[in-house]
Amino acid sequence: MKLAYWMYAGPAHIGTLRIASSFKNVHAIMHAPLGDDYFNVMRSMLERERNFTPVTASVVDRNVLARGSQEKVIDNITRKDQEESPDLIVLTPTCTSSILQEDLHNFVERARIEAKCDVLLADVNHYRYNELQAADRTLYQIVKYYLDKAGKKNELTLEKTAKPSVNIIGISTLGFHNQHDCRELKHLMAELGIEVNLIIPDGASVQDLKKLPRAWFNLCPYRELGLMTARYLEENFHIPYVDITPMGVVETARCIRQIQTIINQQGTVVNYEEFIHQQTLYVSQAAWFSRSIDCQNLTDKKAVVFGDNTHAAAMTKILAREMGIHVVWAGTYCQYDSDWFREQVREYCDEVLISEDNAEIGNWIAKAEPAAIFGTQMERHIGKRLKIPCGVIAAPIHIQNFPIGYKPFMGYEGTNQIADLVYNSFTLGMEDHLLEIFGGHDTKEVITKEMSVTADLNWTKDGLAELNKIPGFVQGKVKRNTEKFARERGINNIDVEVLYAAKEAVGA
Amino acid sequence: MTVAQPQALNFDCETGNYHTFCPISCVAWLYQKIEDSFFLVIGTKTCGYFLQNAMGVMIFAEPRYAMAELEEGDISAQLNDYEELKRLCQQIKRDRNPSVIVWIGTCTTEIIKMDLEGLAPKLEAEIGIPIVVARANGLDYAFTQGEDTVLAAMAARCPDQAPVKTAATTKTEANPMQRLFNFGKKETNSSEINPEPEYHDHPPLILFGSLPDPVVTQLTLELKRQGIKVSGWLPEKRFTELPAIAEGDYVCGVNPFLSKTATTLMRRRKCKLIGAPFPIGPDGTRAWIEKICSVFGITPQGLDEREAQIWQSVENYLQLIRGKSVFFMGDNLLEISLARFLIRCGMTVPEIGIPYMDKRYQAAELALLEKTCQEMGVEIPRIVEKPDNYNQVQRIYQLQPDLVITGMAHANPLEARGINTKWSVEFTFANIHGFTNARDVLELVTRPLRRNNHLQELGWDKLVATEV
Repeated sequence: MKLAYWMYAGPAHIGTLRIASSFKNVHAIMHAPLGDDYFNVMRSMLERERNFTPVTASVVDRNVLARGSQEKVIDNITRKDQEESPDLIVLTPTCTSSILQEDLHNFVERARIEAKCDVLLADVNHYRYNELQAADRTLYQIVKYYLDKAGKKNELTLEKTAKPSVNIIGISTLGFHNQHDCRELKHLMAELGIEVNLIIPDGASVQDLKKLPRAWFNLCPYRELGLMTARYLEENFHIPYVDITPMGVVETARCIRQIQTIINQQGTVVNYEEFIHQQTLYVSQAAWFSRSIDCQNLTDKKAVVFGDNTHAAAMTKILAREMGIHVVWAGTYCQYDSDWFREQVREYCDEVLISEDNAEIGNWIAKAEPAAIFGTQMERHIGKRLKIPCGVIAAPIHIQNFPIGYKPFMGYEGTNQIADLVYNSFTLGMEDHLLEIFGGHDTKEVITKEMSVTADLNWTKDGLAELNKIPGFVQGKVKRNTEKFARERGINNIDVEVLYAAKEAVGA
Repeated sequence: MTVAQPQALNFDCETGNYHTFCPISCVAWLYQKIEDSFFLVIGTKTCGYFLQNAMGVMIFAEPRYAMAELEEGDISAQLNDYEELKRLCQQIKRDRNPSVIVWIGTCTTEIIKMDLEGLAPKLEAEIGIPIVVARANGLDYAFTQGEDTVLAAMAARCPDQAPVKTAATTKTEANPMQRLFNFGKKETNSSEINPEPEYHDHPPLILFGSLPDPVVTQLTLELKRQGIKVSGWLPEKRFTELPAIAEGDYVCGVNPFLSKTATTLMRRRKCKLIGAPFPIGPDGTRAWIEKICSVFGITPQGLDEREAQIWQSVENYLQLIRGKSVFFMGDNLLEISLARFLIRCGMTVPEIGIPYMDKRYQAAELALLEKTCQEMGVEIPRIVEKPDNYNQVQRIYQLQPDLVITGMAHANPLEARGINTKWSVEFTFANIHGFTNARDVLELVTRPLRRNNHLQELGWDKLVATEV
């Protein structure tokens, strides 16, 4: 047992659901108790999704506990098949079904007989994998299933496209700025003259998966999601992959050069050096920013970085290598993949922190006393408490991290966004600091905003106590309205009853 | 146009495939209500993830709750439950020193049959902090029923003897300065010299249900106007102040989802339950007060005017909703009371979805619903227990109601299809009880309609790509 207040990566089934709900016309059925369909709320709220989230539960209740699910799961699968005619139904185990040890494989086998759609059981053990690992596995599982199926039916299209082409692997729902990254990557590929063969899982149809082998190479922008699939495609279809995250000016260039090498190896000569040069010096503002006086002022300022592998590693490199900021420590919560992280950031920070314990991370931040933090929502709140500004760079995230405006982290526009994020975090900190040194903006006594002249009115002790229970931001309004109410009625003593009478009368 | 139909309420039951919050969410409001408590949810990452996301910002305010996250060793019994819980509870005692630790049992502890009720008394004796066990799991309960399981468990911890008097005297003794300051203010002063003359002589009344403190004050005052003294609330602000409950005391619920608590108070504490409609909406509040008065043989004073006055003050809201229809998908058990209130406001209700319907505990509320329908001349709603959200959405497409009160999983998709929604969860967290807060309920209900009045000329009501 572990005492936990906060977790960075969610439970395994969230990962599976993120993959299932990313595909078009794929439905997930969770074998779960009432209330575990919270994923739907997150999808609907955070992504402001207009469509119903294609996730339902086959509810585990007392009856299931006593007698087993029996026909229930199969009925739910066949029912969903008829209602929505999906291409695929993914039966998703949860922590509850992990312990029940029902033979879900058997349910899937039997449902396949009746259902018109394909049925898969997500192969993820709740107690072994977290959200990110489960997502990676589920994507691999679905891709493999459809390639095997097409292989058996001789429907695989192995012939490469005429022009160089790419599969972008790993864009998914509820991923940090994934939609914007996806658009930026498509744009980048277009500028490089590379066709996008398929983007998976987001918006893809499972029927299209058989076209995957047509691509010249695969691009895996995120370390956490898609690598299993890319490796599988390399082993079985000899498709090379690029796993350099194009985040930051230097890494984007490195990613593009790797793509160049791969395309050249396949017999088409491309040279992207001029493109990289143009973009770096004149299109992206980030290189110029690092040269400008603004950025000079950031030199050797202290920062700490924490997040998932992809974003924390990329940010560490950007801060240290491209902006001359002193990264005191960089950390990740992807414990299962920590060697990779160490390897990536070793040269760019003093220390590396691998942890999922938010208290420990908080202590490390307090100890380092950085001028800015780059982390998740949790670090933002730690920063608030310590009065240190924080730029959010990775999940877990809140609704404000699903902006409507175009905010990629990848590619050349991404470098601009990151420069803004970094610069704004630091200047905010500066401003605060200066204000403190000079004792705030207003040195004269503030003239009260309150309209009331309290002389003629007396707040009784209980009335005042009740007023103080009202949240601060409306207290002033309530007070004014109550006093107005009292004055109009010639009441001199405002007690709790008068307070609520005023609320009833005027909605104070 | 709808016509009055002299029919009885009809109840349906569907598949139970509906969206609601897990009942462990009750820790979110209960830890804030009971200030000296610590809630320990014994479950998995799934539970933790839910709490973390559902409670949003509250997580970061150093909450007095945590997960005891079960690992593989706990599930396979390689680790000793007692030792593990002891370790965590000692840590909590050391860091937070609460007056009570509430263990929330989850689906997992049910399935692996962890004997929390058995372990608690032993551990309680060993570490010296009361441990209350509530099995608020998704196998058995929905959303607000979580509070019911906690309060039912708390009911057993209320003292038998009334330390109320002694508490009152120590309070005044401890606060001589306060008396000094109050000198010269007639009412407070006289009440202290001549204790509580403004109350009728009636047996002790304890109200149950967790409400924000301002609402507690409002309802307590409302009864005080009738000369009825509220001896205590279950729960109080602090665990150490739980009210005394003696055999034969009267109890009354303020929320419709507290049937287990009511049962516990009746059977285990031998209390008399006042079965009343719930004080939601001015009509409900009035009926609630009237019922309590009638049990104590008191003639209620001035309720007519008070109710009329409230209705009058919300007339501008009523104009917006009169004649409009509202569909409750059902997820928090407040549905019957809210529907009854909205029918009185002049709305029609084709369907009331509800997770669980205790016809005995809600009997008075159901009767008032029926009566309200007859008086307003509207059709009696269909009450659907354990609804099926998929079927409901089909019915919503068919009925095209003016407003759907629903969970967050369906709100945005329905809005995108031109159907107005209000998130049901807000009714759980807003102040909706008593005369004073009638306006707040209507503020919530009318918000989507008012929003439409602002946007209606833009022609943007259907915003979903037509599906092939």
